[in-house]
Amino acid sequence: MLYALIAAHVVLGALTPILVKRLGSKVFYVLSLGPLAAGVWLVTQAPAVLSGAVHVEGGNWIPMLDVTLTLRMGLVQWVLAMIVTWIGFLVLLYSRWYFEGLESGRSAAILTIFAGTMLGLVTADDLIMVYVFWELTTVFSFLLIGHDPTRRANRGAAQTALIVTTTGGLAMLLGIVAVHHSSGTLSLEAIVANPPTGTLAGVGAMLMLVGALSKSALVPFHFWLPGAMAAPTPISAYLHAAAMVKAGVYLVAVLAPVFAEVPFWRPTVLILGTITMVLGGWRALRQTDLKLLLAYGTVSQLGFMVLLLGVGTKAAALAGLATVIAHALFKSTLFMCVGLIDHSAGTRDIRELNGVGYRVPWLAALGGLAALSMAGMPPLVGFVTKEAAFESIVYMVEGELPDLTPLAAVAFAVALTFGAALTVAYSLRWWWGAFASKDGAPALSWHRPSWGMAAVPMSLGALSLVLGFCGPILTSMLEPYADTLPTGHESHGLALWHGFTWPLVMSALALGTGIVLFIFRSRIAAIQATFPKVTTAEESYHRSLHGIDRIAVEVTARVQRGSLSIYLGIILMTMVSFSLFAMLQIRTWPALRVFDAWPQLLVAIVIASAAVLAAASRGRIRAVLLVGVTGYGLAMLFTMGGAPDLALTQVLVETVTLIVFILVVRKLPRYFTNRPLSSTRWWRILLAGLTGATVTLISLVASGARVAEPVSKDWYEWAYAFGYGKNIVNVALVDTRAWDTLGEISVLVIAATGVASLIFLRSRVSKVSTTKEVFEHRPDEPQADNSPGVWLRAGQTLSPMVRSIVFEVVTRILFGVMIVTSVYLLLAGHNWPGGGFAGGLVAGTALMIRYLAAGRHELDEAAPIDAGRLMGGGLLLALVAAVSPLLLGGTILQSYVWDIHIPLLGELHFVSSTVFDIGVYLVVVGMILDVVRSLGSGIDQHASERIAPVPIPHSTKALPGYGGRS
Amino acid sequence: MSANLILAITAGILVAAGVYLLLERSLTRILLGVLLASNGVNMLFLVAAGKPGTPPIVDLAGTDISDPLPQAMVLTAIVITMAVAAFVLTLAYRSFQLHGHDEVADDVEDARIRKLAEADFASESYEDTTFSDTGRDAVSE
Repeated sequence: MLYALIAAHVVLGALTPILVKRLGSKVFYVLSLGPLAAGVWLVTQAPAVLSGAVHVEGGNWIPMLDVTLTLRMGLVQWVLAMIVTWIGFLVLLYSRWYFEGLESGRSAAILTIFAGTMLGLVTADDLIMVYVFWELTTVFSFLLIGHDPTRRANRGAAQTALIVTTTGGLAMLLGIVAVHHSSGTLSLEAIVANPPTGTLAGVGAMLMLVGALSKSALVPFHFWLPGAMAAPTPISAYLHAAAMVKAGVYLVAVLAPVFAEVPFWRPTVLILGTITMVLGGWRALRQTDLKLLLAYGTVSQLGFMVLLLGVGTKAAALAGLATVIAHALFKSTLFMCVGLIDHSAGTRDIRELNGVGYRVPWLAALGGLAALSMAGMPPLVGFVTKEAAFESIVYMVEGELPDLTPLAAVAFAVALTFGAALTVAYSLRWWWGAFASKDGAPALSWHRPSWGMAAVPMSLGALSLVLGFCGPILTSMLEPYADTLPTGHESHGLALWHGFTWPLVMSALALGTGIVLFIFRSRIAAIQATFPKVTTAEESYHRSLHGIDRIAVEVTARVQRGSLSIYLGIILMTMVSFSLFAMLQIRTWPALRVFDAWPQLLVAIVIASAAVLAAASRGRIRAVLLVGVTGYGLAMLFTMGGAPDLALTQVLVETVTLIVFILVVRKLPRYFTNRPLSSTRWWRILLAGLTGATVTLISLVASGARVAEPVSKDWYEWAYAFGYGKNIVNVALVDTRAWDTLGEISVLVIAATGVASLIFLRSRVSKVSTTKEVFEHRPDEPQADNSPGVWLRAGQTLSPMVRSIVFEVVTRILFGVMIVTSVYLLLAGHNWPGGGFAGGLVAGTALMIRYLAAGRHELDEAAPIDAGRLMGGGLLLALVAAVSPLLLGGTILQSYVWDIHIPLLGELHFVSSTVFDIGVYLVVVGMILDVVRSLGSGIDQHASERIAPVPIPHSTKALPGYGGRS
Repeated sequence: MSANLILAITAGILVAAGVYLLLERSLTRILLGVLLASNGVNMLFLVAAGKPGTPPIVDLAGTDISDPLPQAMVLTAIVITMAVAAFVLTLAYRSFQLHGHDEVADDVEDARIRKLAEADFASESYEDTTFSDTGRDAVSE
């Protein structure tokens, strides 16, 4: 049910953009149904939960890591969920008037989903789920604070909130991992039932506490919360007063019963809680913005709540949980009052507001109740909870906690009483600032608020009064939680009257001091101003962010030199030094054989000389040809090394690459840049030599390491048993390692697409035009000769100066033979050298030859199809071949065989992976077609449009294709 | 298992020549460097595959068969190198088309960052996020 309710929030949020167009701000009526439904359901669960039952739901998520989706609602969870849903409902209702004239549904949608997330957060049982919901609320808070990203204030505040709370969240995640490691479970319930012990568990608990403190804005993380007031007021009322900041308090509340005794936990909670309470109150006193005043007040109260719930005594826990309820009630009321005033008066500055109380007396009275509740005046709920809190502190002074020395306890008691006095002072200041008439304030422009907008805070304010008389009921409700704590006195319970006791004295002191602080507010302000200025946590945060950025700039400037060769040099030096260092340790080197056969030596010498010459060559074409020599030489070595497939493919690839090079190089200068023999060149030679030597040594070590049984030993049988092919390499490509091949042909498609896009900038597809169409555009010349006797039809489009009839004749004869060969290679490849790659390369070369013989229109005659379709079709075919075995009940890329009898031809041994190979074939043909169409036809076209580069004679540069215009 | 010295040395020379060209500025030469180096690396597979035997084809083989696994890997590498070559070559062409040369220049952005570092400034994307917490009198941009 809980999941359904959370999902309902999400659905409502997702529908908001549609709904808001029709309903405008009335959309909030619909949205508030989400929390309302959840709230009503929670009320129906009340009897069960209050009698001790626990609602559990969920399922498995990642069983291997113990992560589950369990939601578990006990008493604390139920209380928090009630707050989250009901306040959420009221805030959404209130937003209907606050966001009058709403156009964008963004904030409304996020707010609704946030409400659902919050419900998940306070009911999640699995710590990973807690973390997920936790960070979700952080992200939503970020989005809501930054609702107007064009304003620097919103950006800054949103970013700060995000960074601070996520930092804490990450600490918490570490803590979760540590606790999981030491307890073996991620379930909160199991951890509470059977708490882990030891250092690791203690560290984990403290890290989780850090997360809670950052979320609940305790010193030193407090500064993000006032900044978050940049969000619209209803959002502040919900996220930054009632719901999200309570997440940390909640976590402390569930962990304290088992972790309060962990070293450092109690001192941390006591000290930071007290400091936060006093600091927040102190700073609230000097705010002139009503909302900001409340924000600092929230910081102060959060410190108090964390202290009460974290210290881990029975009385404090009861008081703490009751304070959470009271705080949610009065703080959201106060925020909504501010929102209303801001909405009606256009300002929320204390110095500008004047006589608001006369205009909205009912709001002043009932909103005033909330302020009084915050101040802790009887008979409001704030008084009742504060009494209980003071009672728990009195127990501590009386020596309830053995670790706490009497003097320290008294110091805390005094500080907290002072904190309470500050609370009284800023509560009065708030009411006075909001509603009172002030001398000398400017006249106020005011428009009447809608009744609904006022009704929401007024009813909540009244509730603060009602609850004040419900102390005993609250006590009996919350006591089961207090009983889960192992230490401390039982509380007297929540009530308006306990007799003349220390807590009453503390309350009276706080009240009296607070009123004095308020009356002498101008003098206090003067005193505050004389305090020495210290570096605040906020300034340190900003400085550290600036520092991080500066470090990044310095490091980048040093490390990222911007020169490719320096990067490469560093990488290669690393490789060389590490490998050489490792190889220095080797004691036994493998036996060497100089060569396997004499031809191998000869070919190796040719390759090595060609490589050295290519590196030294200044002529562009010469270098290309020399590199080609190394490629062909390698093919010969493959032949001798028992790798006919490799040899075949290498020869074909080398040919295609050479042709492609020549196609491009014809438009480039003849020589490379003539650089002086600078010192860097010697460095390059040294680095190159070292790298080469390292590679040689590594290869020797590698072949010496060939002592284990090769993986491919069984391929010999399996190739035929499972792949139904005799050519093991081909079976490897289309069956054993077919995933690899699928990736490879995808790379081919991407590369070809890249080539085409760089040439045909605007459209990937070039226009295919046949000879006939070309001649139609040349009315002055004779029409195309289409008779079958023409050797190559498009030859006619060429100028007679460049036309070679012999070449055309040879091409005409050769083309058919090559295509037949390619199909043979494709089909035979499964059993004999060949395959889709080799076949495709042969067919592609045939197309290239057609282009070379008779120009770009001949290419269109030969392949009147867009290369993209060919490649796409091939890829699709390969994919279908890969997936279709699933339909036959097999696994992906499984091979099947059919022996079909064809009359006249005989038996056909058809293996399903042939389909895959046909896909490969199509991709390769398409790729070569694409490359020729781009680098052949495309560059021809550039030349005719005068946008191809023109080499400058006797220079290493060219005239840019656009004549300098780009 | 013994190692083939000549092949290892040739592979080393190919890689050395390739690295020398890779450290150049001209894109065409860098590409040729890549091709040389990849030929060298493909040859390494030949070295690492052990003693050559008969082609790995069922029915053909005697007792010594060449290891088919490195062959399958190299086959993939060869074809991909071809695709990369076509692409980089087109980049070089495009560079000539736009600028009249194909030299890979130093990154301009990095030079700017160096200037920032010398002047002790934060990065250009850094925004001073101090915020007025009212969210009201903030600078609007």
